[in-house]
Amino acid sequence: MMDAVRTKWMGLLIPIISILLAFLAGAVIMVLSGNNPITGYAALVSGIFGTPYDFGETLQRMTPLIFSGLAVAFAFRAGLLNIGVEGQLIVGWFTAVIAGIVVDLPTLIHIPFAIAAGALAGALWGAVPGFLKARFEVHEVIVTIMMNYIAMHVTNSLIRTYFLESGQRTAIVNESASLESTFLSELTNFSRLHWGFFIAAAACVVMWFILWKMKRGFELRSVGYNKNASMYAGMSVKGNIVLSMTISGAFAGAGGAMVGLGTYGYANILPAFTNIGFDGIAVALLGASTSIGIFLAAFLFGGLQQGANMMQATAGVSPELVEIVIALIIFFVASGYVIRWAIDRIASRKGEK
Amino acid sequence: MDYVIEMNNIRKEFPGIVANDNITLQVKQGEIHALLGENGAGKSTLMNVLFGLYQPERGEIKVRGEQVEINDPNKANDLGIGMVHQHFMLVQNFTVTENIILGSEPTRRGAVNLKKAEKDVQEISDRYGLRVDPKAKIEDISVGMQQRVEILKTLYRGAEILIFDEPTASLTPQEIKELINIMHNLINEGKSIILITHKLKEILQVCDRCTVIRRGQGIGTVDVEGATESSLAEMMVGREVNFSVEKTPASPKDVVLDVQDLVVEDARKYDIVDHLNLQVRAGEIVGLAGVDGNGQTELIEALTGLRPVKSGKISISGSETSKYKPRKVTEAGVGHIPQDRHKHGLVLDFTIGENILLQTYYQKPFSNKGILNYNKMYEKAKELIEEYDVRTPHEKTPARSLSGGNQQKAIIAREIDRSPDLLIAAQPTRGLDVGAIEFIHSKLVEERDKGRAVLLVSLELDEVLNVSDKIAVIYEGKIVEVVEADQTDEQELGLLMAGGQKEAGEATT
Repeated sequence: MMDAVRTKWMGLLIPIISILLAFLAGAVIMVLSGNNPITGYAALVSGIFGTPYDFGETLQRMTPLIFSGLAVAFAFRAGLLNIGVEGQLIVGWFTAVIAGIVVDLPTLIHIPFAIAAGALAGALWGAVPGFLKARFEVHEVIVTIMMNYIAMHVTNSLIRTYFLESGQRTAIVNESASLESTFLSELTNFSRLHWGFFIAAAACVVMWFILWKMKRGFELRSVGYNKNASMYAGMSVKGNIVLSMTISGAFAGAGGAMVGLGTYGYANILPAFTNIGFDGIAVALLGASTSIGIFLAAFLFGGLQQGANMMQATAGVSPELVEIVIALIIFFVASGYVIRWAIDRIASRKGEK
Repeated sequence: MDYVIEMNNIRKEFPGIVANDNITLQVKQGEIHALLGENGAGKSTLMNVLFGLYQPERGEIKVRGEQVEINDPNKANDLGIGMVHQHFMLVQNFTVTENIILGSEPTRRGAVNLKKAEKDVQEISDRYGLRVDPKAKIEDISVGMQQRVEILKTLYRGAEILIFDEPTASLTPQEIKELINIMHNLINEGKSIILITHKLKEILQVCDRCTVIRRGQGIGTVDVEGATESSLAEMMVGREVNFSVEKTPASPKDVVLDVQDLVVEDARKYDIVDHLNLQVRAGEIVGLAGVDGNGQTELIEALTGLRPVKSGKISISGSETSKYKPRKVTEAGVGHIPQDRHKHGLVLDFTIGENILLQTYYQKPFSNKGILNYNKMYEKAKELIEEYDVRTPHEKTPARSLSGGNQQKAIIAREIDRSPDLLIAAQPTRGLDVGAIEFIHSKLVEERDKGRAVLLVSLELDEVLNVSDKIAVIYEGKIVEVVEADQTDEQELGLLMAGGQKEAGEATT
């Protein structure tokens, strides 16, 4: 039991220490570049919590990050590294928007339909590398990276050829498919906060339920930890690999649907990756692939991205600093072994006295 | 001062546990000194302290009478301490010489001088009778020779004191004999040896003195002359130990496992199981004896559905299972204690409870319409933990943090509780201590007495001889002989395992 308690505490301590260390390093950088870290961080905090608008925008930013984090975590739980969340999110975004434009349905049906279309597209995009991995043992990292480019260029080309409306984008989705909320927007001083936030929160519960309550989740986690023992116990390792990549892709696709139906209301020709999918790797890592952890990590990263604007406006700190801090958080979490070692050292010193 | 190594009152702690508490180990020049203890007693920790991998909290180390501080393995090397690891640290596709010089390559004008190295290796090999071919690739040589390469490696680096960590674990009886000869050669050349082991027979055979540790405590050092297997065992375990497996004569009934003309390929598409025939009846234990690598692993994998059958037939309780997937084999009434409990037997990051349910989680009442009932699962796990005496603080403790013996008990609980018609036990006691071995052997006999067929696959001849009713010897993928366990001995089995024929007149294949 000692061990279990210990591991649990470590699981919590490492991300927290990592965040603190990253902010400390950020402060040093600010000092070196001639800024006052206190005013800098004060501006960052007020950039997140200062006004209802900022807070609403933070929640809006974290919505797709939750989905991309869940997508990465879900595959990771089954022992797979899904670097293709970005591409799955892009096809989900595009498909959800098209489903929101080309058909006309009552709102109560249209929204679930459009989200499901996005999730399905993402699922298919994830299933392909899953299948290649299970059937031919092609490494999923390589396939998913490649499929990111395919996703971006194919959707760009489809928009350009068939759906171009004004400038670089498609038409706006029908109102019946829109996640926009006048209520939430007015509540937060006209931010872009939309209903998708609550869907994202629900998605966290869904992942938890699948992994920790369902028979399938038991198998997925078992395969993730030990393929040989899972095979020995009669589980289908290949089936579970395909399934986990499919569900992972569905989370990513649904995340894209949030962006398309909620934040923007359209899809546009992407000049570069959105990075939401890649940030999902960081979110999942910091959140230790748990639902609650992902929710909190998405809030932190969404907040940092939002607060960076204010840092520049009022404290004159360039917004790149936030990116450095984010990178450092990831660095420290990934080198969690070192932190664990340090904690152990300190703990054993104390034990001696 | 005639001690080459003195470790006095060593104490080593890890967070939460004391791995070594006040242990004293004194090794004389030119002796073979056994370090005896159960798994987890602290043998490895003590040797890692000596080898510079751990720093002790208290105590002193003296080498040849001089107090030293060994803070990394290089320092240990410089002091002439060499370790022959249990798990060989060799690069498979390098030659013997390349492996030996790795890290201390002799160079000439910046280039590795392989010629000289090969000559040196040959020289050392000849001197100690190691019979190693310096130019052979590791992947092409036997386990026994690989071990001799490890020994050579330490000698090449100038070791005077050699630590052997469980050296006989993967050797055949003949190879063990050879190893013992080599040890004597080393002693004759003035080296000293520390032998880490929990095999009492070996200690009596080769060692001069023996230091026993139990649960991190130094129990004492005794002269091997005058000691007996049971006296040493008692020191090691702390109570009297029963060596012989108690059982009544078997009363075999119907054939449960029937293997006909089975051919199975290994990963290299080689017919490693080659037209094999084998029968196991209800109510008997058939031991499968053989040198590692003669097709045992592939045979078990084929029997349990983990490896495809190329040709031939497997039937279990009358139904043909040759093409079954693992789950269908399990449901056909097979329990399987896998030979590698960490690779196949357990999901180490799952709780011990989840592991106990690993074969049944999908059945009612644990799973209903795809939803698991963890309460029911842990209830069941708790029951079995109690029944099979799995020592764990909690049923939700990760399997990883249990000792090997308790992990194995959990697997056995899981496999036996399903009342399988056929129980396949592959090396069920590998790496376990005396107490756990006693328990597992008695469970196997108990299953037999309940009328189940038991197939015991083991590399330990003692185990095969003690537990089985019949012994089938496997050699190059075939069963070369089936003998009654009480009518054979180690000598005969060893010969058969090496491909020799049974003496003329007795041969009945």
